[in-house]
Amino acid sequence: MAEVKQLVKGLADQHGRTMESLLPILQGIVHQEQHISEDAMVEVARELNISAAQVYGTATFYSFLHTKPLGKYVIRVCKTITCMMHGKNQVIKELESVLKINLGETTHDGKFTLLETNCLGQCHKGPAMLINDEPYTELTPEKVREIIMKYKHQEISAN
Amino acid sequence: MAKYKNHILVCGGTGCRASQGEEIVQNLGKVLEENSLENEVQVVRTGCFGFCEKGPVVKMVPDNTFYVQVTPEDAPEIVAEHLVKGRKVERLLFTDPETQERVSESKDMGFYKKQIRIALRNCGFINPENIDEYIARDGYAALGKVLTEMTPEEAIKVIIDSGLRGRGGGGFPTGLKWEITRKVEAEQKYVVCNADEGDPGAFMDRSILEGDPHAVLEAMAINGYCTGATKGLIYIRAEYPLAISRLKIAIDQAREYGLLGTGLFGTDYDFDVELRYGAGAFVCGEETSLIHSMEGLRGEPTVKPPFPSESGYKGMPTNVNNVETYANIPVILLEGAEWFSSIGTEKSKGTKVFALAGKVNNVGLIEVPMGTTLREVIFDIGGGIKDGKKFKAVQTGGPSGGCLTEKHLDIPIDYDNLIACGSMMGSGGMIVMDEDDCMVSVAKFYLDFTVEESCGKCAPCRIGNKRLYEMLEKLTEGKGTEEDLTLLRNLSNVIKDTSLCGLGQTSPNPVLSTMENFADEYAAHVHDGKCPAGQCKSLMQYVISDEKCIGCTLCSRVCPVDAITGDKKEPHLISQETCIKCGACYEKCKFGAISIQ
Repeated sequence: MAEVKQLVKGLADQHGRTMESLLPILQGIVHQEQHISEDAMVEVARELNISAAQVYGTATFYSFLHTKPLGKYVIRVCKTITCMMHGKNQVIKELESVLKINLGETTHDGKFTLLETNCLGQCHKGPAMLINDEPYTELTPEKVREIIMKYKHQEISAN
Repeated sequence: MAKYKNHILVCGGTGCRASQGEEIVQNLGKVLEENSLENEVQVVRTGCFGFCEKGPVVKMVPDNTFYVQVTPEDAPEIVAEHLVKGRKVERLLFTDPETQERVSESKDMGFYKKQIRIALRNCGFINPENIDEYIARDGYAALGKVLTEMTPEEAIKVIIDSGLRGRGGGGFPTGLKWEITRKVEAEQKYVVCNADEGDPGAFMDRSILEGDPHAVLEAMAINGYCTGATKGLIYIRAEYPLAISRLKIAIDQAREYGLLGTGLFGTDYDFDVELRYGAGAFVCGEETSLIHSMEGLRGEPTVKPPFPSESGYKGMPTNVNNVETYANIPVILLEGAEWFSSIGTEKSKGTKVFALAGKVNNVGLIEVPMGTTLREVIFDIGGGIKDGKKFKAVQTGGPSGGCLTEKHLDIPIDYDNLIACGSMMGSGGMIVMDEDDCMVSVAKFYLDFTVEESCGKCAPCRIGNKRLYEMLEKLTEGKGTEEDLTLLRNLSNVIKDTSLCGLGQTSPNPVLSTMENFADEYAAHVHDGKCPAGQCKSLMQYVISDEKCIGCTLCSRVCPVDAITGDKKEPHLISQETCIKCGACYEKCKFGAISIQ
């Protein structure tokens, strides 16, 4: 709790305490914590002197602002029609089997979350996905398996 | 670029970077050093060349040789052959699919022949992370000219006379918008760049921001001077990390050079730009929603009027323009309104950037004069349909647009013609479809998108689109009736007439246009229980041909529900009752014995 308080205060110092600062502050929280907890929302409301309902309203409107905990790596697979034409469904199937989770779920170790998202603007190189801020394009089932393995190894060597 | 004798331009757009563009740059650098050429040849990371189908692309300057599908391992050969011995690396040249001849320069390639690049003028030519290269190509000259030689009214007149219309989809005359914002008196005004590109199939704005970010900054400063604003805001979607990082670099460099900040070009005009990030909401591309989002609110639209030009961000006059619109501004001011209005059709001037995607041979980013036909775009530039299949439809305008068919191929593309055909320009996404694509499913896809992205403020859009989606789902499951078709049409019209913002007012277009142009296909789903394209799972059957099946049992082993029976070396049979149509058997069969009916 004290940590959240500190984080929100820091973000408010950086972005200001007006209504326009709300979205940048919420984005800052997601950047640090991957999601915005209820405690964080209450803290933001206190810091900006607005109602918690208003913070909740904004926080739940945007698909990149999460109010539920997500994994360390958030995988967003583009579900647009052009990616679908080029085999997005097989890519999702492969991701589900490599990660052993269904679409929309997070792995038990809290490392990966698998989501679908609307157009990533990589239609010429579909299927495409984002892992946090890193775009990956022209995916095939083999390629996504390799990419996920790379992340998994990274995690193991980091520990 | 004077110091070096040769330049190697390597595409640094997101697409090419993801396919090893970065390694190519590093390898080239290494090989040049090994050959002691690093002081004569410069490797430049540029923005997108547009020809993404054949990426990564590498261009040699000054002789303009254009290498396609280059890999990092090709670096030594490019340096040894092209630079040292002066011979072209034949195998990396583009092969014309028709004549099978190697083409060495981009201007001779079908993909580039019919293009005129105005908004994309610098994409693929300069290093977007180096302001000097932008300046070397007349960058910031328009801003200097406007600030020191022109009054705001004069500059606005040039934009009005040029006939430039908003490239984000609406097509509102840009100069007029500026004039309205100028005339409203207020303490503070804002100019906003709408970079919340979200149409499925569109990536023009991303490519411009990644390839030529300074063009947008320069245009915004001009816009600010003309309208009386000193603050600019760029609202960019979070899904574009590379564009965001290049914009940040560009803003820092422009500030350092005094091209943003206080007292620009020795005048008393101040202007600065700030970035604001979207958070994944398509509706924020609508200007009132975008403004509310920047104010920290939910990105819901409000009724116009008042227009943002009168009352926008924080209640102040706000001029919102799209990325591509801005990219046109500096050139128009340098070359003049007459030059710009000489390109295009009577009511749509200049060029339009399209993102060509889907089942077309040359996917990528193209820029053509208004009035070019769809046939020229898809067949001459796009190189026709993939795998020799038959053209069926092209979807323009994203979820607000419609599907155009064979009969529309020769209509000159401009704002008004596309609306007359039941589609719209939109931001410029073009998704090409072939005979395997089911039009009812396409309509369903767009409705799924709209249902998800509708902000929920007004009932017609929130509830109506959901109902449309459900009816389309019923059709694709073969449960639709004639009555559903009538209902679908009526409800579509109601949603169009009664929704609050552009999202709902146009969301039924994919349904209406496919119903209009592919009535047979809708009828086949309803009356015959068939999907002519063979895409609707519920309406198709996997069948094993007795003649082709050799009884290898592979299919029965992969079937997850044990729907396939048969003895070894005997033809197998699929039980249609048990089959879940997963297609696993179809993919596994090595003898082409399983077909979809």
